Amino acid sequence: MSLSTQDLSVGYHGKAIVKEVSFELPKGKIIALLGPNGCGKSTLLKAMARILKPMTGQVFWNDQDLHQMPSRQLSKELALLPQTQPIPEGVKVKDLVAYGRSPYTGFWGRLNKEDNRIINDVMAQVGITELGEQLVSELSGGQRQRAWLAMTLAQDTPYLLLDEPTTYMDLSHQVELMQTLRKLNSSGKTIITVLHDINQAARYCDHLIVMKDGEIITQGEPENVLTQDMLKTVFSLNAQIHRDPIANTPMCVVE
Amino acid sequence: MSLKTWPLLLVILSLLLVANLMFGAVSISFEGILNGFQADSEHYFTVYEYRFPRTLLAMMVGAMMALAGALVQGVIRNPLASPDVLGVSHGAGLAAVTYMTLFPTSDIAWLPAMALLGGFSAAFILWWLCGNHSSAIKLAITGVALGALYASTVDFLMLVKPLEINNALLWLTGSLWGRGWNQFFILLPWLGLIPIALWLAKSLNLISLGDDSAISLGVNANTLRLTSLAVAVGLTASCVAICGPIGFLGLVAPHLTRKLVGGQHQILLPCTMLVGAILLLFADLVARTIDPPIELSAGIMTAIIGAPYFLWLLFKNK
Repeated sequence: MSLSTQDLSVGYHGKAIVKEVSFELPKGKIIALLGPNGCGKSTLLKAMARILKPMTGQVFWNDQDLHQMPSRQLSKELALLPQTQPIPEGVKVKDLVAYGRSPYTGFWGRLNKEDNRIINDVMAQVGITELGEQLVSELSGGQRQRAWLAMTLAQDTPYLLLDEPTTYMDLSHQVELMQTLRKLNSSGKTIITVLHDINQAARYCDHLIVMKDGEIITQGEPENVLTQDMLKTVFSLNAQIHRDPIANTPMCVVE
Repeated sequence: MSLKTWPLLLVILSLLLVANLMFGAVSISFEGILNGFQADSEHYFTVYEYRFPRTLLAMMVGAMMALAGALVQGVIRNPLASPDVLGVSHGAGLAAVTYMTLFPTSDIAWLPAMALLGGFSAAFILWWLCGNHSSAIKLAITGVALGALYASTVDFLMLVKPLEINNALLWLTGSLWGRGWNQFFILLPWLGLIPIALWLAKSLNLISLGDDSAISLGVNANTLRLTSLAVAVGLTASCVAICGPIGFLGLVAPHLTRKLVGGQHQILLPCTMLVGAILLLFADLVARTIDPPIELSAGIMTAIIGAPYFLWLLFKNK
């Protein structure tokens, strides 16, 4: 399995947001996409999730053009947690999570034993077991985000694409989510996530990809990527790099 | 919840079905109804030739309009959406009124065909203006604007051709008056759209999570939207062709059903058809029995129920 792009340009209304990007996602890692607002990180993620079609270039899944592959087959390989989620009316949390099994069920969506086992597992994993009978519309922002994450996990894919998954969460749920991602990663999933918090990315992710103006500026391990120079050129920030006293990962402190 | 709702809806529907056969300008006993299906009965004409086909039609039209509404609400992701919003009903109405006023001497049997043509033309114009990839809200706003245009054109036609106004008015309020086996058999083939709609149920669940999630779960969002809307237009236009635009059914029935059984389309779609059938049967029963032998049109009754419901929805959603 591999996910890569070749000279990929993608954008909206004929205007390229991501410009001729070529890269390969390191398999089996947690990868963070970083960059200032409007740099194209979400757009790049959407192109890899086949939401957006390339203007030029390609996205490859196992050396095949991703956008030419059957959608149902891909739905068993790649799962996406979008940045904003509409609230489906009159749908219980348990049913929402069950929708994640759609790639595997028949035309009427009937669930078998295995489906139900996976649904219960992922709900326990993100800690929403007791919310199962509640309506999605009644949840708080953080609970809703976790319910959607469970739905995405129920899709049971080797690759997981997340667009700012921590946005609506308080700090303790953010930490919980990042730890859940680590656990999922150690069970073999490749995870790529758009993040805003650079220190969070440096602490929990193996590989950082930094973008600016639609291009990848630098990528690699947090040790090598998180530098004073990078923060200056990409984020226009004067910052110092220190050691996280607990995880011993690099972290930035703004001057 | 749905386990209890199903049989309840079926019981209400059966009771209304019997009531619709029993009551009207003349009341007939339950026994009389049963005998009425035999050709030698004194009630044969009233029951079998008059009330029975009309009752069946009311059930079919109610179910189909409600289903069309559920499909449109499903893909537009807005509980205020309905085939009325897409301008389909008014398009069908305009075509029919144009036909009646401009060619007053022509054969009335062509009316359904004209309405159908108008309904599909309205949908096609909407699609031509909005294109394949337009947002749900753009589609809805354009639809409402076009619908208003068609409705005012109808008003204009009726003003400049006041002599033919009676026929048109009767038809425009949506009525089951004088509809019988003929209309029943015209509508019958259109029931074939129902299995197609049910086949879309699983994908409609996923599109309610937004396009991005739906695509990621393997749904082709644009194809689904186009198919659903095409089926909804077919259902609506065929019903409008038979009974005229019966307002608010496509809006109220799915919304009410969502409150009763939730938003999963495998349950929602069948139940909304039951609710739609119940609503129209009830509306027609009241319309026929409120002041016999004079009949109101069922469309007025559904509007009396539907318009306040629509306003309540509007204010609640603010």
